[in-house]
Amino acid sequence: MAARPKLAVFKFASCDGCQLTLLNCENELLAVASAVEIAYFLEARTQQLDGPYDIGLVEGSVTTAHDIQRIKEARKQCRYLIALGACATAGGIQALRNWADVAEFTRCVYAHPEYIETLATSTSIADHVVVDFELRGCPISHQQLLDVVSSLLRGKKPAVASYSVCMECKRRQTVCVSVARGMPCLGPATQAGCGAICPAFARACFGCYGPKEQANPMSLMRFYFDRGIGRGTLVRLARNFNGNAPEFRDASNVLSSQ
Amino acid sequence: MSAKRTFEVKALSRVEGEGALYVRLLDGAVDHVELNIYEPPRFFESFLRGRSVEEVPDITARICGICPVAYQMSSCHALEKALGLQVPDEIRALRRLLYCGEWIESHALHIYLLHLPDFLGYESALSMANDHADAVQRGLRLKKIGNDLLARIGGRAVHPVNVTVGGFYRAPRVRDLQELLPDIEWALQASIETLRLVARLDFPPLDRDYDFVSLRHPREYPMNAGDVVTASGLEIPVEEYEQHFQERHVRQSTALHSVLLPDERCYLVGPLARFNHCYEQLSPIAKREAERCGVDGAMENNFRSIVARAVELITACDEARELIRQYTREPAVSRVPFTPRAGEGCHATEAPRGLLYHRYRIGDDGLIAEAKITPPTSQNQGQIEDDLRAFVPQVLDLDDTTAARRCEHLIRNYDPCISCATHFLRWIVER
Repeated sequence: MAARPKLAVFKFASCDGCQLTLLNCENELLAVASAVEIAYFLEARTQQLDGPYDIGLVEGSVTTAHDIQRIKEARKQCRYLIALGACATAGGIQALRNWADVAEFTRCVYAHPEYIETLATSTSIADHVVVDFELRGCPISHQQLLDVVSSLLRGKKPAVASYSVCMECKRRQTVCVSVARGMPCLGPATQAGCGAICPAFARACFGCYGPKEQANPMSLMRFYFDRGIGRGTLVRLARNFNGNAPEFRDASNVLSSQ
Repeated sequence: MSAKRTFEVKALSRVEGEGALYVRLLDGAVDHVELNIYEPPRFFESFLRGRSVEEVPDITARICGICPVAYQMSSCHALEKALGLQVPDEIRALRRLLYCGEWIESHALHIYLLHLPDFLGYESALSMANDHADAVQRGLRLKKIGNDLLARIGGRAVHPVNVTVGGFYRAPRVRDLQELLPDIEWALQASIETLRLVARLDFPPLDRDYDFVSLRHPREYPMNAGDVVTASGLEIPVEEYEQHFQERHVRQSTALHSVLLPDERCYLVGPLARFNHCYEQLSPIAKREAERCGVDGAMENNFRSIVARAVELITACDEARELIRQYTREPAVSRVPFTPRAGEGCHATEAPRGLLYHRYRIGDDGLIAEAKITPPTSQNQGQIEDDLRAFVPQVLDLDDTTAARRCEHLIRNYDPCISCATHFLRWIVER
């Protein structure tokens, strides 16, 4: 990579929380800005340098025809393209439209649906272009973001833990909310990274980091169903910020069709 | 033959979300100004239908990564009204402390990283840091302390997990908050230095007769509670909001414009409105410092919103310190339990960028049947365009790039949150 690689941040349909995570690296921000040339980052600076870029960080999901063109162009401009967060890696909460009639959704919000241009689905970046690394989370962890960027700078393949939230609960010695309190917790099927904060705050995991490696959420759902948790509750649990991630999507589809 | 000139900002920078600005001049006069919000719609009000009451604050937080607490607070209060829940004072105090964290984080971000570079002539805080390292470092540390407060109460700074209808999943540990007191003391001093810095900036003239709209509460600076008041004399409970404020859908925007009835005027929400309506409710230290800086009178120019934001930063730090000092034992009950039932409720709270209204109807099945969310930036959109029409003649003699920069500066006065408002901007200037 160049002596001072160029970094670009692209935004698609999203809440801005993941790119804000870069600005939330308060202690490291100025060091990052000296290690890389922040060449294109609209939320943080007016100056816009043309590509090509060494690292492209992409936030948000693809929801318009124009988005498809933009992401293809961004892909061409970037040596490494990194998808940031649940929207970019799974379509985000706005992928709930994938189970609905988007025309009805549009009429529900807008007086003039004819002014609105949108696709029937919200999809991940990898559904449209080759992505070099997917960083999960809703929102992403700022430490994981720094790890990924510094790995790339050192020419290493980025790596983040792919095990489940359960491992983080054990490490912080949180009593299992599923076993001890009977809560339908998505932690066993969800990738670690958040630090298992929800169980530490006495609530069940709701899947912000998406499916863990080789997750079997259907089996987990059956376990909860057999213990009296309602089907609707379980479908909603799976159809959340990562509801369109294949493992969670398949589980909710099976549940709702039974 | 008439002379046409246009200029545009295809993608606004240092704002949250995606927008553009388009200005068309005909024979040297402003013919058309358009704030184009092309941030794609995400349809929150549509997919909230059929979700459970408990899920709402987690989902609405995702409308905005910079002000998730505002969405959580408006949601919780509206749903508590629908369910007839009364929340005890201890939980109310913790919610105010959480909101103080968001105001500190968001105001520090906007003052130092997004808005100050306009006044000091830089394209970003990153460039500004070469000459003003102390200021940028101060801003970053203030922001970090706000985020730390959010994380200690909410679990994390962006999309906190601990907020629920009825209160908190778990009361924050007394020690976790007390440990933050030295940082909050530093932040209070830093916020005072912030006001002293921004109060002496040069503000472009902008003589407007705004109709300021904000909440007002007799005993506290408005965050979670208050009646809706307008500079034009309206004072109503939030339950009457929709009788006076309506949204209009215009072609250039995926955001809906709000107007004040009966004559469909635009209005201004945000720090300047709150400052003008609620000066008396500022904390004693905020008032003392405002007086020392000569900003204790009415402020009419929205370029001075950065000053109002700095005064509010002092109030948020001062109140956070007081609330933490008073938090000496965890409440016996962290949340009021409820059983979902049919009902309807609405509420407004003050997001860092202005009034945020939510209304929900819960169906007989205990699930959300209808949701209505009116974010601050869609309320300000009409006013931003109106400001631009008044401001553009000041920049006509400048080249297109400089003129566009000046207009972007004006837009940033509003701390627009375009992701929220997608239901906000391009400088396309046709000259």
